[in-house]
Amino acid sequence: MWGSNAREAHPIWFHHLLKGIQNGAKLYVVDPRRTSSAAWADVWLGLNVGADVALANTMAREIIHAGLVHQSFIERGTSGFEAYKASVEPYTLEFGSAISGIPVDVIRDAAHAYASADRAMICWTLGITEHHNAVDNVLALINLSLLTGHVGRYGSGCNPLRGQNNVQGGGDMGALPNKLPGFQDVDTVAHRVKFEHAWGRDIDPLPGLHLSEMIDAMDKKTLTALYVIGENPAQSDADATHIGHLLEHLDHLVVQEIFLTKTAQLAHVVLPAAATWAEGEGTVTNSERRVQRVRKAVELPGDARDEIWIMAELAKRLGYDWGHPSAEDVWNEVRALSPQLSGMTYARLEELDGIQWPCPDTSHPGTKFLHARLWEDDPSRRGRLAPFSVVHHAGPVEQPDDEYPLILSTGRRLESYNTGVQSGGYLSPLHRGESLDVSPEDARRLGIAQGDIVRVTSRRGTIDAPAHIDRGLRAGVVFMTLHFPDEVATNLLTINATDPKSGTAEFKACAVRVEPVRTAPSYSPARAETFAAAGDD
Amino acid sequence: MSLTIDGRKVSVREGTTILAACREIGIEIPTLCFLETLHPINACRICVVEVEGGRVLVPSCSRAAEEGMVVHTQSSRVKHSRKLVLEMLASSVDLSTTPQVAEWIEEYEAKPERFGPPAPPAAPGTRDASVPGHHAPPNPEFAATVAEPAKIDNDLYVRDYAKCILCYKCVEACGPDHQNTFAIAVAGRGFDAHISTEFAVPLPESACVYCGNCIAVCPTGALMATTEYEKRAAGTWDESRMTTTDTICPYCGVGCTLRLHVDDGVIVKATSPLENSITQGNLCIKGRFGWRFVQNRDAVPGGNGAGNGDGR
Repeated sequence: MWGSNAREAHPIWFHHLLKGIQNGAKLYVVDPRRTSSAAWADVWLGLNVGADVALANTMAREIIHAGLVHQSFIERGTSGFEAYKASVEPYTLEFGSAISGIPVDVIRDAAHAYASADRAMICWTLGITEHHNAVDNVLALINLSLLTGHVGRYGSGCNPLRGQNNVQGGGDMGALPNKLPGFQDVDTVAHRVKFEHAWGRDIDPLPGLHLSEMIDAMDKKTLTALYVIGENPAQSDADATHIGHLLEHLDHLVVQEIFLTKTAQLAHVVLPAAATWAEGEGTVTNSERRVQRVRKAVELPGDARDEIWIMAELAKRLGYDWGHPSAEDVWNEVRALSPQLSGMTYARLEELDGIQWPCPDTSHPGTKFLHARLWEDDPSRRGRLAPFSVVHHAGPVEQPDDEYPLILSTGRRLESYNTGVQSGGYLSPLHRGESLDVSPEDARRLGIAQGDIVRVTSRRGTIDAPAHIDRGLRAGVVFMTLHFPDEVATNLLTINATDPKSGTAEFKACAVRVEPVRTAPSYSPARAETFAAAGDD
Repeated sequence: MSLTIDGRKVSVREGTTILAACREIGIEIPTLCFLETLHPINACRICVVEVEGGRVLVPSCSRAAEEGMVVHTQSSRVKHSRKLVLEMLASSVDLSTTPQVAEWIEEYEAKPERFGPPAPPAAPGTRDASVPGHHAPPNPEFAATVAEPAKIDNDLYVRDYAKCILCYKCVEACGPDHQNTFAIAVAGRGFDAHISTEFAVPLPESACVYCGNCIAVCPTGALMATTEYEKRAAGTWDESRMTTTDTICPYCGVGCTLRLHVDDGVIVKATSPLENSITQGNLCIKGRFGWRFVQNRDAVPGGNGAGNGDGR
């Protein structure tokens, strides 16, 4: 597991991992923090924030030098090996160790264990992708899997754990600036013509803007109207002061939401919508590409409307009469235009409890894992070879310096979720609000005790938060979540340095300074006492 | 392999338990501590059957079928044993929310009342404080019970150990079978044995992560979501008028099936089907308890908290 705290962010997936551990699987966790996931690891590799490519390339060089590459797979299924091999040559164990902070022996052990395993999988999450070089990080991990043949076979592969219940489905449906539904390219003529024919109108062949590009376009006033569906960018995006300013100065902002979020409060028009997972019909796609049915359990409250109804009515106002299609009607249109989803009728999704794509026809059982074609003997069935990619270490955009000596990383906790719009709706003893998590070493150096209010300052903003001393943190790294933006707006601190290839922002690393403000109020376990009294009645 | 159950020949695959073989041919066996998704623990002994040639009755939930085995599920020894188990459990534990047990008590003619009226509940904390080897002398006027006040120490669920039959399911679900959090275990010995957090601390001070996977496996209602507990206390919990709808959890990308239990248009509970390949009936805190925002739409999310009011 690389840059993932699945024990808290994907708890039920972690149950399956724990079964693997009980069956003798070895777990290596690469993470700057010794997380509750890392607590289950045979080996924890506590690397410096942003040293991922350096570590992966160092492991690759060690695998190559130790003769542990999967030579026949490289020859059969990949391209670009020689250039890749040359590119990792400078990443000696000593060099990788110096950059990553992980001892030489530990890197060597991890490299040998991964390469020698009968089956091995690399799973990652936002620890890999929330960096300014996110795509390079991913490519560095893919390189390792190609090098060792741990891809395209049951029990191996590269597995990005999706963080939201339909982030995969959004991609499936073409909610990407360069894709049509079913991951068909908007700039591929055959794909585009098929949709133009079905929809009876031309489609702009130029890819649209992704989120970060939209933010730039708002800044340049080339984007002046925004329609936001179920997202809270005023609080979820990096450098929140800047984002808030841009949203406030749009000519027109429409927000379709289930709550009056901070973003909705800035809108000219709010369209109250269904919480479709419980109030409507449709599908979502989970992290294993399994398309699953969501169903209506309760009625919509107040003026809220079904999301397909809202879009159909919007279309009507714009001069297009779509009628009022059901979720299944819409899905059948998706199936008709997306070969990899064609076999998934609502009836089959029901019967099989979800189906993993590709599922090209109604007799196809779905596909457990991808890229098996790379192992085919017949070159025509093997298709395009998987390319090695040359990628190099480039640490975080902001490096610690005298003025901002600590690296702030952000992430999730078990009981909460994103900006708290959903997870703020219930109480639990685990909800402890926002804190600045700090290592015992830094706390001692800065004179901070548990619960003290500290001031955290980056080049973009300043916030106050209670300190939480976390023995899982190494000196030099502090940690916060984005879960309680109304109490502590963490994103005032984060940096809007984005990956040019994917547009993701570097939520995992910005430089900050921490100063004590005042000591903690004396501890008062008021809630526990309230419950004790109730229990005694 | 083939075996004979109540005079009927059955063919099953190697490794099949006697219980599974019985269910394949439609013979019902009562169970309490058994669950398909947990390792059999052989605690409750209600599923015992007689195997010819065996000295003692065997728990059908864990005993594997063997070639040529001759099994009796309704012999007088079996019936007598089940009757005794039911009498001892029903006299000492509140089984008012245990499904089917009333039918079994009638079927096996159990007379739990013959031990006398139930002893009054223990004072709070006294069962937790019991010391192994130290026992109060029995009081012949009363049937001994495990009754004590329900433990209400957090927002999400109630532990009413007056209803606990010590089936170990919660311990297994919290431990190695599913959650691997190990927040609870059986403490004490003999009649003083009870489920406990470490040093009997309240849940908020324990290792508990509030996944509620213990609630999901509890067969007696000793562990119950606060929503259900409060509605039962108010007399407004009526499963016959509820609907259930399977959908997908709105949080992370794992795709856990959520079964929403709805009463009069309001979600009152979330579970997950045992047979679901992703969850095996398990959820995390967000899946099991995090649905409340749906029915608290007037709240402004954030600092003042959607649902900080009665958001249960």
